[in-house]
Amino acid sequence: MPNQGFSILEQRKNAIHKTGEAPCTLSCDTKSLAGSVSQRACVFCGSRVVLYPIADALHLVHGPIGCAAYTWDIRGALSSGPELHRLSFSTDLKEKDVIFGGEKKLEAALLHLIEKYAPKAAFVYSTCIIGIIGDDVEAVCRKVEAKTGIPVRPVHSEGFKGTKKDGYKAACTALFSLFDQKALPASRPLSINILGEFNIGGEAWIIKDYYRRMGIDVVSVMTGDSRVEEIMKAPEAKLNVVQCSGSMTGLARDMEKAFGIPFIRVSYFGIEDVAKALYDVASFFEERDLMERTKDLVREEIRAILPEIQRYKTDLQGKKAALYVGGAFKAFSLIRALDALGMEVVMAGTQTGAGDEYEELARICKPGTLIVDDANPLELSACVVEKGADLFIGGVKERPIAFKLGLGFCDHNHERKIPLAGFEGMVNFAREVHATVTSPVFRFFDRKARI
Amino acid sequence: MFHSEEIMKPVTENACSLCAPLGAALAFKGVEGCVPLLHGSQGCATYIRRYMISHFKEPVDIASSNFHEDTAIFGGGANLRTAIDNILRQYRPKIIGIASTCLSETIGDDVPMMLKEIRKANPDCPPLVFASTPSYGGSHGEGYWKSLSALVEQLLPEGPSNMAGKREELLPLFTAALSPADQRHLKDLVGLMGFFPCLVPDSSETLDGGQWEEYETLPRGGASLESLQNMAEAKAGLHLGAASSLREVSPLTILGRKSGLAPHFQGLPVGIRATDRFLALLQDLSGQAIPKMLLEERSRLIDAYVDSHKIVSGLKAMVFGDEDLVAALVPFLAEIGVKTLVAASGSRSGHLKKALESLLSKEEQEGMQVVEGADYATLEKLAEENPPDFFMGSSKGYAMSRKTRTPLIRVGFPIHDRVGGPSIRILGYGGARELFERICNGILEVRQEATGVGFSYL
Repeated sequence: MPNQGFSILEQRKNAIHKTGEAPCTLSCDTKSLAGSVSQRACVFCGSRVVLYPIADALHLVHGPIGCAAYTWDIRGALSSGPELHRLSFSTDLKEKDVIFGGEKKLEAALLHLIEKYAPKAAFVYSTCIIGIIGDDVEAVCRKVEAKTGIPVRPVHSEGFKGTKKDGYKAACTALFSLFDQKALPASRPLSINILGEFNIGGEAWIIKDYYRRMGIDVVSVMTGDSRVEEIMKAPEAKLNVVQCSGSMTGLARDMEKAFGIPFIRVSYFGIEDVAKALYDVASFFEERDLMERTKDLVREEIRAILPEIQRYKTDLQGKKAALYVGGAFKAFSLIRALDALGMEVVMAGTQTGAGDEYEELARICKPGTLIVDDANPLELSACVVEKGADLFIGGVKERPIAFKLGLGFCDHNHERKIPLAGFEGMVNFAREVHATVTSPVFRFFDRKARI
Repeated sequence: MFHSEEIMKPVTENACSLCAPLGAALAFKGVEGCVPLLHGSQGCATYIRRYMISHFKEPVDIASSNFHEDTAIFGGGANLRTAIDNILRQYRPKIIGIASTCLSETIGDDVPMMLKEIRKANPDCPPLVFASTPSYGGSHGEGYWKSLSALVEQLLPEGPSNMAGKREELLPLFTAALSPADQRHLKDLVGLMGFFPCLVPDSSETLDGGQWEEYETLPRGGASLESLQNMAEAKAGLHLGAASSLREVSPLTILGRKSGLAPHFQGLPVGIRATDRFLALLQDLSGQAIPKMLLEERSRLIDAYVDSHKIVSGLKAMVFGDEDLVAALVPFLAEIGVKTLVAASGSRSGHLKKALESLLSKEEQEGMQVVEGADYATLEKLAEENPPDFFMGSSKGYAMSRKTRTPLIRVGFPIHDRVGGPSIRILGYGGARELFERICNGILEVRQEATGVGFSYL
């Protein structure tokens, strides 16, 4: 392990691995350690991430004010129409509600909001104390659903009941409950659902445009720029194309079982991966000319972006990158994309990776790369300093670690407003990486000056 | 007299306040070598970290005792112990500031008892200070003041003491949440008046620091444990915050009880009148005349007011945010000729109304509405009914500002859509000048854009 000015916690030692020394048997998929300052959030966060972009649904957070306040309009998930998802609603429970229960307040809140905003569906997110004070959220939802005629679905997202992954599951259960059981399964020709694409900075629009040009019918996107009605029709698609597999593979499996819709896993990040995603979809449908059209599209897109990428690559060649992201699939894509920019990955970590994913991560990284699970700021900073990284890729909580230590930083989380998916997204990514890594401001850092 | 109301509705739409544990974290981050620890789910710590990092652009390490299903059933004692153990090992803190959450409070964890046992098992343990901050009990302001009170209550020995006055140069200052830049300025002012300031909390360095050679487990700066304990030897102390001064318990009252020092309560020194009062008090306490440079600064401020008074004279504003901040901004606006239509806070302590009553003349109160327990949906509605010329408050007012095409003058916490939140100054004559000019320029920009002519000479 890296040298550092602090002692790494005994219980955390198996969560950090250096490739090339031994097989990667990272301890992962566990609860976070108390007092370690994990970068993870909670079950509620996982549910919020998945359902947030549904723009014509009401998202009501049932609990005291904090959980709703901290998730108000924080993500770059765009909508082409209604923007109900950008508002923050909370039952804002007070001491009295905690003692006497919050069911009445919840019902009144739902009725008030449904009347005021006329949503197409409502999600009620349970926060930590809801189960403990004994609120029967399901019963309230059923009652309000009967009164208002729109789907009102509970999301069992009590923060402490598992990890972020359990929040994904709870959200997927709520999504599944919306599906029209009378829809004719897999009935639309050349059609897909896009799963795990959240339209950050308009990414779903970029991807949908590729599919449109290929002649593929997109039934629904779950959940970027989505509408309740679209999601209800999801069973009609012939294929589920799953990105962000950590959050959505479970739903794809459930849909396969219930409706016989097969699924493939893809990533739309990085030239190599987005091309592969489109080819994989094309080859699923045995349709004349589809593959040819797809090849033309990929060729055309790559031709358009390559000169700019090449310019950045000249400056970025040999620079070192560290990345710490939510799930492992994003990490795989990032490693390939950074390789395309001539950069070397020296640290790769995730909040919620699984054992086999870490094995794969260790396999595709060079010897000496640090692989970490559910790390904390001290471990992350020690890793990037030890490896002499020039760039850190992560989210808001990783950004100040990079900047304090004089590294460049690229935001690859849900808060960003710039699309990084697709071919044009790759240009944005390269541009951002280049802008930060080559910025002259870092020359004023003492640490760098001494090296 | 103004009209005041507390908003009561079944749902909060776009909250104008945050939760109590965030206030606790803000307070504890201003203590040297302190690691805040939230006793609850992981998400509480992480969301609050993200929220604070986005404003301060600094690392904000907050630990969590990381509740899980079994913790909620069997109680959080074991997790709290593990968390403290791990913080001690990793961070080697000088103090741990523990705040409860709605979860640990609802299951009935007796944290003081748990801490007693932990201390017994580990006599070398640094001080563990605890504040009870369930988010259903009040807003972030509540958590903030409770944590400051907890620091004084739990770190200073109980009186009666005859210590007070042994070190006349010390001046304890408990203030409402301020930007690091204002905290620095306040310390300078107090220093110029002949005192050695003990600012609590002091996050002027911990949340606004320079470059690091390696990750600083405990960022430099903050009110030191020693200075907190030395406060008992001061002759007098100050609580700055007009609304929080009305709280039943102030950290300063507790300090007064323990040491016998003379407690003084004032609003934040924003604007000429409030800064005059502040400096007059310091002058009384130290016997030292107000330095020439401050008088010159005051004179330049009046000059700036006069030079640009017509830009703002007669305008109407809506002000929202922390109670103490609103209670300071509204009288400031009154002195530059801006009428506040609505003075609002998400908190509902009832102190905002009382504070404004005592700070504003009858005439200044006329036609003003004080809203407690406000959310942005309510404020937006009020703004549509009776449009202000500008809004003043945190960046969370932007959605309403955009919708109603009314400029927003950003002040307070959080500032999430602009850089420089931590360097915004409003205190003292210098801060008032910056604030006044920002308002004028905000208005000029709107007027310049709105005309078809677009004069470049105004």
